[in-house]
Amino acid sequence: MRIECPFCGPRDVGEFAYHGDATRRPEASTSDATQPFYQAVYLRDNPAGRHKELWYHAGGCRSWLSVTRDTRTHEIFGVTFAAEESS
Amino acid sequence: MHYSFLNLARQALRGHRDWQPTWRDAAPRPRYDIIIVGGGGHGLATAYYLAKEHGIPNVAVLEKGYIGSGNAGRNTTIVRSNYLLPGNEPFYEWSMKLWEGLEQDLNYNAMVSQRGVLNLYHSDAQRDAFARRGNAMILAGADAELLDAAAVRRMLPMLDFDNARFPIKGGLLQRRGGTARHDAVVWGYARGASDRGVDIIQNCEVTGFLREGGRVVGVQTTRGRIGATKVGLAVAGSSSRVAALADLRLPIESHVLQAFVSEAIKPFIPGVVTFGAGHFYISQSDKGGLVFGGDIDGYNSYAQRGNLPTVEDVCEGGMALMPAIGRVRMLRSWGGLVDMSMDGSPIMDKTPVDGLYLNAGWCYGGFKATPASGWCFAHLLARDEPHPVAAAYRLDRFETGHLIDEKGQGAQPNLH
Ligand SMILES: Cc1cc2nc3c(=O)[nH]c(=O)nc-3n(C[C@H](O)[C@H](O)[C@H](O)COP(=O)(O)OP(=O)(O)OC[C@H]3O[C@@H](n4cnc5c(N)ncnc54)[C@H](O)[C@@H]3O)c2cc1C
Ligand SMILES: [Zn+2]
Repeated sequence: MRIECPFCGPRDVGEFAYHGDATRRPEASTSDATQPFYQAVYLRDNPAGRHKELWYHAGGCRSWLSVTRDTRTHEIFGVTFAAEESS
Repeated sequence: MHYSFLNLARQALRGHRDWQPTWRDAAPRPRYDIIIVGGGGHGLATAYYLAKEHGIPNVAVLEKGYIGSGNAGRNTTIVRSNYLLPGNEPFYEWSMKLWEGLEQDLNYNAMVSQRGVLNLYHSDAQRDAFARRGNAMILAGADAELLDAAAVRRMLPMLDFDNARFPIKGGLLQRRGGTARHDAVVWGYARGASDRGVDIIQNCEVTGFLREGGRVVGVQTTRGRIGATKVGLAVAGSSSRVAALADLRLPIESHVLQAFVSEAIKPFIPGVVTFGAGHFYISQSDKGGLVFGGDIDGYNSYAQRGNLPTVEDVCEGGMALMPAIGRVRMLRSWGGLVDMSMDGSPIMDKTPVDGLYLNAGWCYGGFKATPASGWCFAHLLARDEPHPVAAAYRLDRFETGHLIDEKGQGAQPNLH
């Protein structure tokens, strides 16, 4: 499996660290943050098929990437910088 | 079908024409008291104990492929009860005790072999942690011995004791741990359940739930609708997918775990050995093959096969531990879908949906749990209350903060 880092180009999966479902971190300052945090931390997406997930390019440019991958075939449909996506 | 010398002799005289299938391959009936989804070790053991211990034989086990085609038939067969936390250790020790009597109970040769499980330590800090773990095991009625390097050297002289980076300082030994024949465990439970009236239905995939006012009253399958008073899920790596059919989200990620077997060699490794400075474990099958494994691949996967970086990583662990195996050829490798929970411990509980019960989150270590998982899930299904040794495996513990995190890694399944 290879991930095409937008900065470094296609690299072996061994260079990356996985951080799971790319769910956005909920807003922490609200009074009812407990439930959204519980859901974001524990009830992550786990589909058989397309999955949007976070990978950290630890052995390269050290960017956080948002990767869309098929969990059955490991086909990758798209990679973007996670920071760009959240803006 | 039961086996004995007399039976064998009789069959031999008849030219082996009259052997019967070990268990009955049933067709679905319209309804059951209890339906178990998943014909792995856990599902079949649950059905067996429901019939035997709770007098509920009107049970069906629905399996989408053939029984044992999931992790039950893919694992490296290590059984042990060497956990630290009070939520876990009594459960796994109860499983160990059931393993010890399993073959007599089932009258089936499951090749349970208490050849010992040795976890190596490589530093003072690790020794202290293992001493603590050993004490916790003894407190829960299990056995544990802390060995120094000399004692380990007597058992396993071929290890790389003086490795410059990870010298072996000793190990924590559980002599009652060991291995069992995974397929035979599946077949033994299947026969025991089938003999008591349980229907084992293969090629029957659950594709939906029948609901009545919110309550689950049966399942939709590829072989039609089947009614039930209660439905229990024991589908391991498919837990999230099947639960989603009832609109449930689970604190589980599905990952792939690989295993490997080498060509057969002469007796070399007496028990199970695990490397404490990386993730590598190894034992030798009775046929002579070295059976080994290591980390999960580390990202969500439903592929049932793994990737090469993990193969390399596992083999490096093996070489660091016992360089002597370097020229042994690898015969096969394969992968299974493991249900990694968010704290590394299993879930056995009622779900928020009436009539639906969950048995999941076994991660890479649920084979050893098979007997106790079946025992306790049957208890939960039959009596609507958790068995005392499985009472901590609540589904709501992630919300309430009562996590059972043996490794203290947090909600990061690929680190458990
Ligand atoms: C490579 C590998 C090595 C392992 N090594 C060890 C070890 O050494 N020691 C240990 O203790 N544990 C080990 N494990 C873990 C252990 O194998 C599992 O935790 C355990 O087998 C899971 O329970 P099971 O046997 O019921 O699962 P499975 O055998 O996976 O049973 C689940 C069944 O559900 C079926 N199913 C799924 N979806 C549906 C549906 N919709 N309808 C009907 N049926 C369905 C599947 O086909 C499958 O047969 C290992 C796992 C793997 C993959
Ligand atoms: Zn990069």
